Formats: sequence, structure tokens, C-alpha cells
Amino acid sequence: METIILFAPLLGALICGFGWKFIGETAAMWVATGLLFLSCLLSWVVFFSFDGVTAQIPMLRYIESGTLATEWAIRMDRLTAIMLIVVTTVSALVHLYSFGYMDNDPQWKEGETYKPRFFAYLSFFTFAMLMLVTSDNLVQMFFGWEGVGVASYLLIGFYYRKPSANAAAIKAFVVNRVGDFGFALGIFALFFLVDSIDMNDIFDAAPVLAETQLSFLWAEWNAANLIGVLLFIGAMGKSAQLFLHTWLPDAMEGPTPVSALIHAATMVTAGVFLVCRMSPLFEFAPGATAFITVLGASTAFFAATVGLVQTDIKRVIAYSTCSQLGYMFVAAGVGMYSAAMFHLFTHAFFKALLFLGAGSVIHAMHHEQDMTNYGNLRKKIPYTYWAMMIGTLAITGVGIPLTTIGFAGFLSKDAIIESAYAGGSAYGFWMLVIAAAMTSFYSWRLIFLTFFGEERGDKHTHEHAHESPMVMLIPLGVLSLGAVFAGMLWYGSFFGHADQVGKFYGIPVAEAAAADENGGHGTEAQPQGAADHGAEPEAGEADQGEATEGEHHYVFAGEPGVGALYFAPDNHVLDDAHAAPAWVKVSPFVAMLLGLGIAIWFYLVNPALPARLAENQRPLYLFLKNKWYFDELYDAIFVKPALRIGRLLWKRGDVGLIDGFLNGVAMGIVPFFTRLAGRAQSGFIFTYAFWMVLGVAALVTWMSIGGGAN
Amino acid sequence: MDNILSIVTFVPSLAALILVVFLRGDDEAAQRNAKYVALFATSVTFLVSLGIYFEFDPNDTGFQFVEQSDWLLGLQYKMGVDGISVLFVMLTTFIMPLTILASWNVTVRVKEYMVAFLLLETLMLGVFTALDLVLFYLFFEAGLIPMFLIIGIWGGKNRIYASFKFFLYTFLGSVLMLVAMVAMFADAGTTDIEILLTHQFGSETFSLMGMQVVGGMQTLLFLAFFASFAVKMPMWPVHTWLPDAHVQAPTAGSVVLAAILLKMGGYGFLRFSLPMFPVGADVMAPVVLWMSAIAIVYTSLVALVQEDMKKLIAYSSVAHMGFVTMGIFAANQQGVDGAIFQMLSHGFISAALFLCVGVIYDRMHTREIDAYGGLVVRMPAYALVFMFFTMGNVGLPGTSGFVGEFLTMMGAFQVNTWVTAVAATGVIFSAAYALWLYRRVVFGDLIKESLRTIQDMSGRERAIFAPLVVMTLLLGVYPSLVTDIIGPSTTALLASYDTALTAAETANQLASN
Repeated sequence: METIILFAPLLGALICGFGWKFIGETAAMWVATGLLFLSCLLSWVVFFSFDGVTAQIPMLRYIESGTLATEWAIRMDRLTAIMLIVVTTVSALVHLYSFGYMDNDPQWKEGETYKPRFFAYLSFFTFAMLMLVTSDNLVQMFFGWEGVGVASYLLIGFYYRKPSANAAAIKAFVVNRVGDFGFALGIFALFFLVDSIDMNDIFDAAPVLAETQLSFLWAEWNAANLIGVLLFIGAMGKSAQLFLHTWLPDAMEGPTPVSALIHAATMVTAGVFLVCRMSPLFEFAPGATAFITVLGASTAFFAATVGLVQTDIKRVIAYSTCSQLGYMFVAAGVGMYSAAMFHLFTHAFFKALLFLGAGSVIHAMHHEQDMTNYGNLRKKIPYTYWAMMIGTLAITGVGIPLTTIGFAGFLSKDAIIESAYAGGSAYGFWMLVIAAAMTSFYSWRLIFLTFFGEERGDKHTHEHAHESPMVMLIPLGVLSLGAVFAGMLWYGSFFGHADQVGKFYGIPVAEAAAADENGGHGTEAQPQGAADHGAEPEAGEADQGEATEGEHHYVFAGEPGVGALYFAPDNHVLDDAHAAPAWVKVSPFVAMLLGLGIAIWFYLVNPALPARLAENQRPLYLFLKNKWYFDELYDAIFVKPALRIGRLLWKRGDVGLIDGFLNGVAMGIVPFFTRLAGRAQSGFIFTYAFWMVLGVAALVTWMSIGGGAN
Repeated sequence: MDNILSIVTFVPSLAALILVVFLRGDDEAAQRNAKYVALFATSVTFLVSLGIYFEFDPNDTGFQFVEQSDWLLGLQYKMGVDGISVLFVMLTTFIMPLTILASWNVTVRVKEYMVAFLLLETLMLGVFTALDLVLFYLFFEAGLIPMFLIIGIWGGKNRIYASFKFFLYTFLGSVLMLVAMVAMFADAGTTDIEILLTHQFGSETFSLMGMQVVGGMQTLLFLAFFASFAVKMPMWPVHTWLPDAHVQAPTAGSVVLAAILLKMGGYGFLRFSLPMFPVGADVMAPVVLWMSAIAIVYTSLVALVQEDMKKLIAYSSVAHMGFVTMGIFAANQQGVDGAIFQMLSHGFISAALFLCVGVIYDRMHTREIDAYGGLVVRMPAYALVFMFFTMGNVGLPGTSGFVGEFLTMMGAFQVNTWVTAVAATGVIFSAAYALWLYRRVVFGDLIKESLRTIQDMSGRERAIFAPLVVMTLLLGVYPSLVTDIIGPSTTALLASYDTALTAAETANQLASN
């Protein structure tokens, strides 16, 4: 069944891409879509019937060389199962949605066929993404990793006539390659030390790696930390984290369904998936996870600041994605992998919803994307309006504080913020809370600018604004359900008590020592990890937290590689997060209200204020508007110098120095040289060649015989 | 068939002989006949060579299909293949029919053109099958001549300059190799490669003109061979003949040059440098590794700024060959396997890329990148094929291009992480220059007046690309097809290499005690 899930999209891509000439455009598109829905259906079956025990399904031999032996294989565990449903569900819905969105695309001329190509790319992307999430070794993952990169490249550059789309596509691929550079080095280092790049072997070796020193470049490093950072560099590229994020906003050049599928719900979360997948390694790499936490938190903050001032509706959501990915990395960085996966899971629903909703708005507004030309659209496109509302309620984290009732984002985002606090990262915690306020602000700003206020921009466009067809509204409806309920339904599995989480992921749990030696602490004494308690200042305040006394209390007790995730014995973040003080748990909610309040004030009550503020704070405004000038900076320190050095090496190096030297040598034998040239030009080349063959033969023969005589 | 290697090697020159002797006139019928004879001969060669492939026993790490007989002047004729050379034979016989097909539009001196290519095939096959020094040298050097003629007669405007540059470079390198061969013969008393492989050349450090030569005679022999092979690869900084040769060569010439001739250098390293002069190789390996890493970055940067399509791909070839030398001199299983894989893969992908240039050159008669743009509008099939091989060129997993790069870097990492890290940046650069090329030629809107009527690929052109696409994908998805065959021979090669190194070390220690 897993094999069908995996290859149905590939089959769809091939049939759609190559077969549309024979079976017709519409049929080809339906074949691709149908196969994806099949894949999706089977994925849900797998998800619900999965028993938590890791299974491997080998398919074919792959790269083998000496002790390196890799296979095309499926690794089936809970992480894979989660990713399967995320990827196939969003992809199937996006396929369906594209029937409406891509119809009569004004980018194309009369009679040009573009839809089968689009669907083929989408299906191919899905295949590559599935290869990534099902991989059992790092090479297959790398295959999926780069495969989704190519699909992304092709889809960003889908409107190949637009120079900006082409530039964005190349940028996406090249920046991702920078990340892949780190990823590849990480793989090499792993092979060097573990002599294998299969997941199981790596997981088994993780404790040893933590004790190993590896000399890499200029220094000796702790192997686990070094490998962790190298792999994370790959994740930074794919998941658009700070410094390697510049491609993601530009990727919005692609058609909107692409943005929803690839640049929001699935591909960009691959980095988070990688870190979670390698949790047995990262649990032994404190340096690397600290780095991940700081970088994730910084990204969450940075992207949110930029999102505040963007006016292109898709770019706002793109920066929002970037920021939310930062949240996930913080969760992974502090060791709460299941919270990262939780947010990945819910984010897929509400972010795809927001993107597809934005697509519906753009569709209604004749491909106008600038929010300053929107306004008062809620009456004209009511379904889209409500879908976007739900998406916004989810992403901003609306729910009832201190309960587990709320929209999907409320549960998963709060889980991360509590984990950041419990994980002892004050920087991460505060950055995320501030980012949560900004998230709320820019998300509501988007809603208010689009659906409320006065109609701005082209009158004609507004008059003709129309609700989207059913094929586009159905996906919005389905995703809305996810955005509302996904959090509540799966809260226990992702972020409940250790036994629930353990059961979900197939991690063995052990009952914690019943003796409550520390007097009502939220964190029970652990079998091995009692020494760590001093590092948890919040433990004492946990008395008001969830009462655990009188109940069975469990802790994770797995070995690396058993179950889909690994929590080290000294990792108490889950318990500590549950026991976090109330102010911590309420803080994201307060931040959300704050952002909402300011947004209401700025865009409903006093719409002239934002412009005045931008005027008053011009340098800051420009700084944010220009995305902290990252693009300009990179252009100046990487792109331009690379071209300049290239030209220098070519003109001065190759032509000047090397050829110059050679010509100099040639001048030494110039008579010989000119005679040859003269002969060749006068057409005696065959004669010359004949003599040369003879000469060479004679020379060698004579030499050999002469040598033999000695 | 005991002499299948000789048959495969000499069928093409037999066809060439037939053309020379029997084909008269230069009318259309004669031209057509010449093409068909060449196509038929190369195809037959390929089909017969399949026998070698299927009969070959990968687990036997010695030479197979060995033929040996006396030759003129007391020299011996000896041929054979092992796991290292057999796939190069296959690559050659596979590529040649495609190059003949790609030359279908040649109108100038068609007979001579076909004769040159047929002779070239024999000489290239001879290089990979020869098991005697003199024989090897003859094939190796004589291979220059047809190539020299192909560039010089059927090439572009600056063909004379390019062909002489090509010739001088490679010939200067080979003079040193010749001297080294004489020295080897003087030392070992035989020219039989099979015996030379087991012969231990002196490795005691001695001083020469006041300089300490670490590794002694082996180092000197290594350097002499290196001069020749490095030029052939080509390695930085002796690579500048390649871009010029490619630019001036006709499409089919470029294809053969990139796909097969460049592989002779790498093959030479594996056949001679590593097993015969292990101490010398070991002494020089750090230098060669660094030269490889520099080559990758240097030529990638230069490729970024090229304005001529062929030059760009030529520079990219040099970068890819950098991975090969890096893998070979990492001297471990992954490195050497990867190097051989990379050479084979590059044989398919670079051939296809030069053919891609040829397709539009045939139509527009320019290789200027700026002369194109928006081809996808009128040439969707071409756009697809070019995209596929562009991705192969950037080493996308799933294509054969990935496996070689990945393995060579994996091998190098175990030896020198700096070199690997520098080389790995080539992966970033290759994406930049290859996609930037593709974007300028294929993407964008078709606005140039001259391109308004350009036609998509013909059936013949599609037929040329189809096998290359299949091979690139097949090796990319199931690399065991190659690694199963080369693996055991590589292992044996490295085992003897390591043994020799240890032996030399112990000997040195004993001497110093």
C-alpha cells in the first residue's frame, strides 16, 4: 500500500505530462488528480491503521560502493505517516483547486497548452516529497530533497515568459543548493564515522558520535554537534531560515496553488521533518540544537517584522510561513520534536487554507495581488472571506486559554511557546511571544485590508469581482475543517502526556517512580535523570499546573531508533511545558489580542495612521519594507564578486597567464610552429598526419628496441 | 570468440578502409553511402561489444578476453579488459553510432569525415584494451591525429589555432610519458602491462640535481605520466586547450572529445599511475587533490561568465573532471568507484549537452547565448531534453550525474575535508551556471525575429537523445549496473595499492634503521 501511495503521483505525472496529447488535456488532468486522491485516501488508511512499530519496505538497490550500501526503501513509522497525510491531502486538494485557478490563465496566449504541464509538475513534486518523507537512508532523502527542489524550480518559473519568475526560480534552486552543500557534507561526515548512512545505523551510533571528535576544516569538533549543524544547514535552505530565506518570498512568482502546496504546507517543512527524523542524533548534539533554537527564534522574529509592512498579499503569507517555520525549529531545538511536528501538521492546513484563500481573492480580482488595491470584498466573495477568517483565527492562535479548546494554531503554537519556556530558552520564548503579536497584527491587517474598509484600486476590477467556482471552494472547505479541528483532535497525540505521545509515535514509556520525593513537582523523579532538576527553575512554580498526583505518570524510555522520535532520558521538556506557569501559557494569547487590537486600531478605526507612521519612521519602514536589505547585501557580497572573479580568472587567468605562458613556450619553437601552420593551411594536412603516424611509430619502435638492448 | 576485443577494435577501421578503397565520387549517393557505411560499422561494433559486456565476469579481477601474439620488430600485441576498462569500451561503442547520426548533415568531404571518425573509434578502443606499453602509446598518441583533423578540417573559423593548441598541449605532455615508458622498460625489461602492474619500481628517496626526490623513481615516473594524463583530463591549469577545441570542433567532434577522449586521462591514472607508481601517487596525492578542488571552483566561476554555449559546457566539463581526479587520488573505494562512475556519466551527459548545442547551432549557426531566448515557445521537446541534461549536469539525484559527484566527494571527505568542502561548493556553482544558461537560451519570451520560425527536434534528433536519456536515468536510479562491474576490480586495485604503500614504508623504515 505504501508503494502505491508513493508511485501513484509519479504515474500521474508521467501520464499527465506525456500522455495528454493522446488522451486529451482534461482527461490527463483528471488522471493526475484521481491518482493523487487515491494516494491521499490510502495515506489516511495507513495513518489510522498504523500500529506505531517502525517497518522498512525495501524496493531496489541504490548506490553501492565498498561498505556503502544504500537502497530505495520506505521507512514506515509515525513521522512518515504524518507526513504522508499532510503531503497527499494538501496536494490532492491543490490539484482540485487548480482546475479552477489555472483555467484561462491570462499569462498564456490563445491556444497554448499549459495545464497538463502544471499538473504533471504538481504530481512530480508530490512524488519527490513522498520519496523524501519515506526515505530510510540519507541518500534517498537527498534524492527527494533535491527532487522537490527541481519541482519547486520548475513551478516557480512556470510563467517562463516573465523574467522575474525565471530569476526567482534560479534563486530558489541555487540558495537551496547552498543548504544542500551543508547537508551533503553532513552525510559524508556520517558515512566517515558510522560507515553507513542508513537511519537505523545512524541512530544506533548516535551515542558514540556524541563522544567522538572529528577534525573538520580548521578544527576538531564534537562529531554529533558538527553533523547536526551540517544537516541543519540543509534544513535552513529548504525551510527558508534566516540567511538562507531570501528565495522564499521571491518564490511567490509561481502560481498560487504552488505557493500553497510547496511553499507553505509541504516542501518548506522538509527541514523541520529532517531535524525530527534525526532526533536520536540531535538529542546527543546540545550545541547543534542550541544553534537551531536561536536561529529558529530569530527567523520567527525577523520574518514577522518584514511581514508587517508588505503589501503583496502572497508575500505577507510567505513571510508568515517563514516565521512559522522558525517556531517549528525552536520546538525541535529545545527537544520537543512532537510539538514541532504538531505545528507542522496544523500549519499545513491553515497555511494552505490562507494561500488558497488568497488565490481565490486574486482570482476574483483578476490577478491583482496588491492589498492596497483591495478593500471591502467580504460581501463579494463571502465564502472566501470566511475561509480566510478561519485561517486567520487559526494562525493567530485563537482559543480559550488554559484549555485545549481552540483553533489548530492555538494549540500547536502555544505548545511550542510553552516548550521554549520549559526548554530553558528565554531568548526563544520571548522572540516567539513577540512574533506571535506581530503574526496576529499582519494576519488581521491582511483581512482588514482585503475584506473591510473601502474599495480601493481599479473600479472596474472591483465591479467584476466574483466568487470562485466550486472546485476552488471545496478545498477551502476541507482545509477549514482541518484548521478548526486538527489541533483539538490530535492535541493528545502530539502534546499530551508522555504515554499518549509515546503510543502515537511508538516510543516505549515507563512508569515514573511513584514516590513524589520533590513534593508535588510537575516533573516526577526520573529513573536516570534526576541530576538535571537543578536546571529547571520553573519546577518549583509548577504546583498550580496540571495536577499529576494520584495518576499514573509516564516517561519516555526508548532507545535511539525505537519509535519515530527519540527523547533522551534527561529531556523533560514535555512535562515541564505542561507544568509551565499560567502566565507563560496565557502569554501568546495576550500577544494575539495585542496584535489584533493594534490591527483594528490601524486599519478599521484610524486607516490614515499606518501611512503617517511609515512617514514618521521612514528609515525603519524602509528597512522592513526592503526585507532588512538581505537581497542587496547578498548581491553585493556573493553574486557580483562571483561574476567579477569569474571574469578575472577567465581573462587574466586562462587567456592572459596560462595561454600567455603557452604562447611564450610556443614562440621558442616558432619556426617549427609556423611551418606546421603553413602546411596545414596549404592543405597538406593529410600528408602531415601520415608522416606523423609513421614518425611516432618509428620513434617508439626504435626506443623500445634500443631500450631492450641495454 | 577468442579475439572479440580485436574484432571490436578493428571493425571500424575495416569500414574506414572499405570507404577509402571502394567509395568513389562526391555526389549525393556517395555521401549517403559513406554515412550508412559508418553508421552500420559503428552499430555492428556496438552490438558485438555487447558480447563483451555480457560475457564479462565482474568477480574476476584479472584481465579477461586476453589476446596475445607476437608483432613486428619483436614487439608484442596484447589486449584485454578488466573491470576498470570494460565499461569505457562499452561507452565508446555506445557513443559512436550516435555521433555518426549526429553528423548526418555534414556536406563537406563526407567520406573523409566518416573515415576520420571510424579510425578514431579504433584508436580510442585500442587505448582502453591495449595491454602493452608500446601498443597503448601508439593508440593513445595516434588518437590525436583524427581529432586534430576533425577540428582542423570540419571546425569553425578559428579551427587552425584551436587544433594546434590542442595538438601542442597534448603532444608536449606525451613526450614526457614516452621518456618514462622507455625508463620503465629499462627497469622492468618488459612492456607487458600485466607484468608491469606487478613490478615494483624503486621508491627510495634519492637526490637529483641537489633536490630530494621523495618516492624516488616512482615519483619521477608518476610525474611524467601525470604530465600527459593531466593534459588529457584536462586538469587545471593545463585545461585551456579544451574550451577552444570544443568551440571550434564540429558537434560530433565535441561529443567524442567530451564523452570519450577526456576519459583517457582518468583511465590512464587508474591503469598506470595508481597501481604502478603507488608511492609516487601517494606522495603527489595532496597536490593533485588540491588541483582538483581548485579546478572545480575556478572553472565553475569561469563558466558563469561565458557567452558562448560550447565554451560554457566545456568549462563545466573541466569542473566535472575535477571530481574525477579528486576521487581517484582519494584512493579509496568510494572515491575510485565514484571517479569511474563520474567519467561514464559525464560521457552520456556532456555528449548530450554538446548535442543540445548542436541542435540549435544547426538551425541558427551561432553558439552565442545572447542570440537565443524563449526557445521553449517553439521547441517544447527540445526544452524538455535540454532541461533533463541540464539537471544531469548539475548532479541531480536520480540522474547519473549525482552518483559520481556524490561518491567522489564521499571518498575525498575521508582523506581531506578542506578539499571536499571546496569541491562541494562546485555543486552550488554548477547549479548557477547551468540554470543561468538554460534560462537565457530556453526560457523567456520568444521575441528575437530570427527565431520566429525555428523548428523543434526532428525524428533523427530525438532518436539520438533517446538512448542518452535512458542511460542517464538508468544509471541514476540503479547505479549497481556500473558499480557491480567496477567494484571488485576497484577493490583489488586499492588492495594492491595499499599493500605496496605499506611495503614501501616498511622498506624505508628498515633502511633508516
